[in-house]
Amino acid sequence: MGGAIEVHGLVKRYGELAAVGGIDFSVEPGAIFSFLGPNGAGKTTTVEILEGLRRATAGEVRVLGLDPWREGRELHRRIGVIPQDFRFFEKITPKEAIEYYGTLFGTRVDPMNLLRQVELADKANSRFDTLSGGQKQKLGLALSLTNEPQICFLDEPTTGLDPHARRAIWEVIRQLQREGRTVFLTTHYLEEAELLADQVAIIHHGKIIASGTPAEIIRHHGRPMRLRIQAGEELVTLLKSQLGVTAYTENHHVEVELRDKDDALRVLSAVEQSGLPWGGFTTEQDTLEDVFVRMVGQMDDGALKTEGSA
Amino acid sequence: MKLSHIGADLKVVVRTYLRNPVALFFSLFFPIILIALFGLIFSAIGTGTTTLYVVNEDVTASGHFSNVSVEFMNALNQTHVVSVDVVNVSSSDFSSWLGQNDYSAGLVIPRGFQADFYANRSVNVSLYTNPQDASTGGEVAGAVQGVVNYLNLNHACYPRTNCSTVVGVTNFNVGSQVYKYIDYLIPGLIGFSILTSPMFSIVDITSSYRKDGIFRQLSLTPLTRSEWLTSRVIWYVLLTFVSAGIMLGTGVGLFGAHVRVTLAMVPFLVVGPFFFVSLGMLAGSVAKTPESAALIGNIITFPMMFLSGTFFQVSQFPSGLQMFAHILPLYYVIDGMNQVMLFSNTTRAVYDLAGVLVAGVVVFLLAVRLFKWRDE
Repeated sequence: MGGAIEVHGLVKRYGELAAVGGIDFSVEPGAIFSFLGPNGAGKTTTVEILEGLRRATAGEVRVLGLDPWREGRELHRRIGVIPQDFRFFEKITPKEAIEYYGTLFGTRVDPMNLLRQVELADKANSRFDTLSGGQKQKLGLALSLTNEPQICFLDEPTTGLDPHARRAIWEVIRQLQREGRTVFLTTHYLEEAELLADQVAIIHHGKIIASGTPAEIIRHHGRPMRLRIQAGEELVTLLKSQLGVTAYTENHHVEVELRDKDDALRVLSAVEQSGLPWGGFTTEQDTLEDVFVRMVGQMDDGALKTEGSA
Repeated sequence: MKLSHIGADLKVVVRTYLRNPVALFFSLFFPIILIALFGLIFSAIGTGTTTLYVVNEDVTASGHFSNVSVEFMNALNQTHVVSVDVVNVSSSDFSSWLGQNDYSAGLVIPRGFQADFYANRSVNVSLYTNPQDASTGGEVAGAVQGVVNYLNLNHACYPRTNCSTVVGVTNFNVGSQVYKYIDYLIPGLIGFSILTSPMFSIVDITSSYRKDGIFRQLSLTPLTRSEWLTSRVIWYVLLTFVSAGIMLGTGVGLFGAHVRVTLAMVPFLVVGPFFFVSLGMLAGSVAKTPESAALIGNIITFPMMFLSGTFFQVSQFPSGLQMFAHILPLYYVIDGMNQVMLFSNTTRAVYDLAGVLVAGVVVFLLAVRLFKWRDE
């Protein structure tokens, strides 16, 4: 077990209900790992077990080599956590909150420096109950960094933030990685995961249904790259008969799946020579979000097998 | 426990409190309003019949009270100003007995009262009143003097023609100070404050912090539950000192309360909040929701608020209620403060304090044990 986080056969039951049904994954030190899943998939339960806030029913969990439940106190000195919908003492200011955490953790921190890092310096002396949702999340992020953590657990850190603030948080997350910290990121924004994460795992109904780098997941579970041509139905028939490619119409466009780059040249050449009317073309590739939506949807239909059961 | 953790958390508590005017008002100024209110009500309303404790030493050879002394006591009862209660106390100890029991009026009918009366020899009854309670003393003295005059006129003169005053009244002060309502109200309301400030806010904080995930957040820091609870105890002890100071100032300054400000109060001002902060956390811990926490808090708080001697002396309650009062922890806090602030009865105060301290330690340990910052 050399990873920053190692999970083997993790099970969490609430009575008869299995919130997490035996999952395995590991996170390399210094990686940004994104844990994705729809609501109720077992995502928060898993994160809370990793943070030592909940006890696993079965399986083995090691975070920085420690058992999170039994060695929680030691672990909490070495990790930073920003929970979903972060709340704090209402009458306390961000500056005071960081000073408070600094004293508890016994670390020397410059509150203004941390607040500048998360773009909250202008609200340093405003009381928590006067902050907006996004500003509260930023304070949560600042507090999670007070103890110079080796792993940062960030649970939907950009929810409710405007695009500018979201980019600022992304920059903080990249900076954390540059400093050698491991980031465990859960998010609803799949573009965020695709943009930031080195590794991704998708959990659904308590099982991991996909894992790897975003590119690997897209390659394994997404559709092939496609040529999208502004043309009519008759082009589909022509391309299928002439080139034997997979083609179909979608939203008044013709989409042709490409096996390699030569396919693109052959298809365009055939279109040009056909004499049929056509407009412009673009190339299309599935995003992580497309893959996620398709996989979760297919799994709900019973069509997709999970990684564990495959 | 780390002092730096407690200090940091205490700073958060103090800031939270000082920035919350409503909480400050209820902790510091609400009891003053109660002092003013109850002080005014009970200084304006007469107390009705005063119990006059009588030592009747005029006993006949057959062991009964003499007829004249009985007639004298009946006449006193008929005034409806006093109600005679014959007690079996030595006349030499009577004055201090009245003082110790906080009774404001007493009378001694001396041995040979009937014989002297019939023999037309001058004889005096001894009346004990409290100079601090001038209005009650005046009413009782007036009633006694009226009955004495009646005796002198209707019995001593008849059938004689040379009437002379046979029965007289000698006035004494009771052996120690007798207390007024306001004197009891001060320790009672300090107790009220010790109860209500922590109970109402800690119960609420404990349940709402859990609901809002703040305890979950704190559980990820090195702060322990004991440190969290200790910083609250320290804050409520400080608040109690300030609150008690303001109440003493108001009671003594505005209403002329006679209470002793002594260092012996200090243990009660520390142990009282210690007990009720712990009890508040325990109540908040066992409740599933803030709503049920408030209900549990009220069920615990309200009986104590009224039945522990806060507004009314427990000794004036019916016996059933008195027994109930004796199982309430706040009773021992208030009784202990009464002992040190009014009666100088240190022995009883020590027992009261020991009881609250032991209960406080048990509740503190139970609260820390039952209170969970994280779930299974």
